[in-house]
Amino acid sequence: MHKAQDTMLYLDGVSVAFDGFKALNNLSIIVRPAEMLAIIGPNGAGKTTMMDIITGKTRPDAGDVYFDGRTDLTRLDEAAIANLGIGRKFQKPTVFESHTVWDNLEMALKTPRGIFATLFYSAGGEDIARIEEILETVRLADRRDDLAADLSHGQKQWLEIGMLLAQDPKLLLVDEPVAGMTDAETVETARLLKEIAETRSVVVVEHDMSFVRDLATRVVCLAEGSVLAEGTLEQVSANPIVIERYLGR
Amino acid sequence: MITQALLRALDRKAIWLVAILFALAVAVPAANLLIPPGQPGHVPTYIVTLFGKYLTYAMLALALDLVWGYCGILSLGHGAFFALGGYAMGMYLMRQIGTRGVYAHPTLPDFMVFLNWKELPWYWQGFDQFWFAALMIVLVPGLLAFVFGFFAFRSRVTGVYLSIITQAMTFALLLAFFRNDMGFGGNNGLTDFKDILGQPVQAATTRGALFAASAIALALSVLVCSMIVNSKLGKVMVAVRDAESRTRFLGYRVEYVKLFAFTVSAIMAGIAGALYVPQVGIINPGEFEPANSIEVVIWTAVGGRGTIVGPIIGAVLVNMGKSYFTGALPELWLFALGALFIFVTLFLPKGIVGLLGQGRDMTHKQGQAPSPAAPSPPAQAAIAAELGEDPATLGDAQPKPAE
Repeated sequence: MHKAQDTMLYLDGVSVAFDGFKALNNLSIIVRPAEMLAIIGPNGAGKTTMMDIITGKTRPDAGDVYFDGRTDLTRLDEAAIANLGIGRKFQKPTVFESHTVWDNLEMALKTPRGIFATLFYSAGGEDIARIEEILETVRLADRRDDLAADLSHGQKQWLEIGMLLAQDPKLLLVDEPVAGMTDAETVETARLLKEIAETRSVVVVEHDMSFVRDLATRVVCLAEGSVLAEGTLEQVSANPIVIERYLGR
Repeated sequence: MITQALLRALDRKAIWLVAILFALAVAVPAANLLIPPGQPGHVPTYIVTLFGKYLTYAMLALALDLVWGYCGILSLGHGAFFALGGYAMGMYLMRQIGTRGVYAHPTLPDFMVFLNWKELPWYWQGFDQFWFAALMIVLVPGLLAFVFGFFAFRSRVTGVYLSIITQAMTFALLLAFFRNDMGFGGNNGLTDFKDILGQPVQAATTRGALFAASAIALALSVLVCSMIVNSKLGKVMVAVRDAESRTRFLGYRVEYVKLFAFTVSAIMAGIAGALYVPQVGIINPGEFEPANSIEVVIWTAVGGRGTIVGPIIGAVLVNMGKSYFTGALPELWLFALGALFIFVTLFLPKGIVGLLGQGRDMTHKQGQAPSPAAPSPPAQAAIAAELGEDPATLGDAQPKPAE
């Protein structure tokens, strides 16, 4: 029986160094199917590096990274990993600014990614219905024909979450989803992510403590490339080491 | 599936462009051949050939725009594909000379006799057949682009580094083709053509036919490009241009998207080169000159990159300017070209087409809310409506709000 069985994401003893700086140091994290995990930690704790490793942007120096209990992610490139069902939202919202909101979603939609399949693609009724559904979910239905460049910062964040949904991933990696959002938008985002986590695994990296509290889920605190504490937000934020190294700063 | 893609290509403004090019393909040769000289409306043969040449340049610029304007690959070596297509055509034309060469050798071209070659090298075999030459015109540039692109894009060479190696590629080919041992006529290249498909190259009818062929080839290129950029693949290409790594995280194989665009573009450039050679009557290694490839970039930038019509306008206008300047003030041409490029880069980032598009947006805004700003002439707006097209709005007919 494989040790990674029954997990959606399995990181064991992952280390990576950049020019001698240990960005990740023996990091081990498990995410189960349909579970949400919030990751907090100071700047430079290795949160983004961890996401880079999961999505194939960076190769670890040591350690195991398994997806869905069996697929070794360290052997695959970004496109292959994305097609396995791992979606990523970046810290800085990166949507395709010279495309419309609709086109952004259409490109993200889970359809064959081959060159000729894409060249001769035309959206069928099912695809159109799915895009419309996502537009409703992320509240951009009335802006579908606007360029993504013309959206507000918060709307871009939402569009990117919509693109994640369109990819229909099994695992979502969400990096600082509420940066630059108003309080109302933040609450709404927490609600949306919780809804998504009912059927998919979600990993959220966030600094905003009230947002993490809204998520009401398991929390891992990273520092200097490894896990400092783990548990509910109350447990983690009561941990004296966490207070000293992160919250107290 | 394919008909759908074709319809998508045709229902845009591209259909106007295609129609105009087809009309030119008929009208210009007709005005040359049917209207006798001296009568109004007659087009002299030299003009037919000159504009036929411009059309092949336009096709080359359009090919470059597909990779640069839409996919963000600044190739500074597209002249190489153009020249390779030209050489393939030149080899066919050389074989058509037959015994009419200076040395009257039945199979060997003059330069080979002169260099004491005893028999035709293997890579010259088959070029006496037009179909074989036509195949090579497509295959050689296409294959080179495919292999070059495969390694370059897979190694994720991007930006200025890619530009530099494309430049190195065309320079390497320049040096190779200069060598007499290569068997392509060295320094002098291939010239002194007599027949093409059994017709004398110099005849006015042949000139007219070559013009028509260039116009039709350009029209077909417009159709192909329009089909590609209006498809979802075209949107992915623009996505690669704007945010390459983000596209990768969506699950698209960016290297294959680029490879597709690069190969299609190289084939188009090769066909353009093949149509260019019989019209100018010579192909020599000078066509591989890196400066030529850079000039193509300037045409595209002047016309407006990321649009279908822009590179065509740019190539024709800049070359008309070049023909005039090199005649009237030959020593000033390079300065004028350089100044033009700087001017366009600084003041017209979207080229002439972008300027027309801006005019349209301004009049559009005024239509909604009249303002005291200087009105653009309505005629300009009409042209803009016809031609002005932004990569972003190309996918949708939605007007883009002016910043």
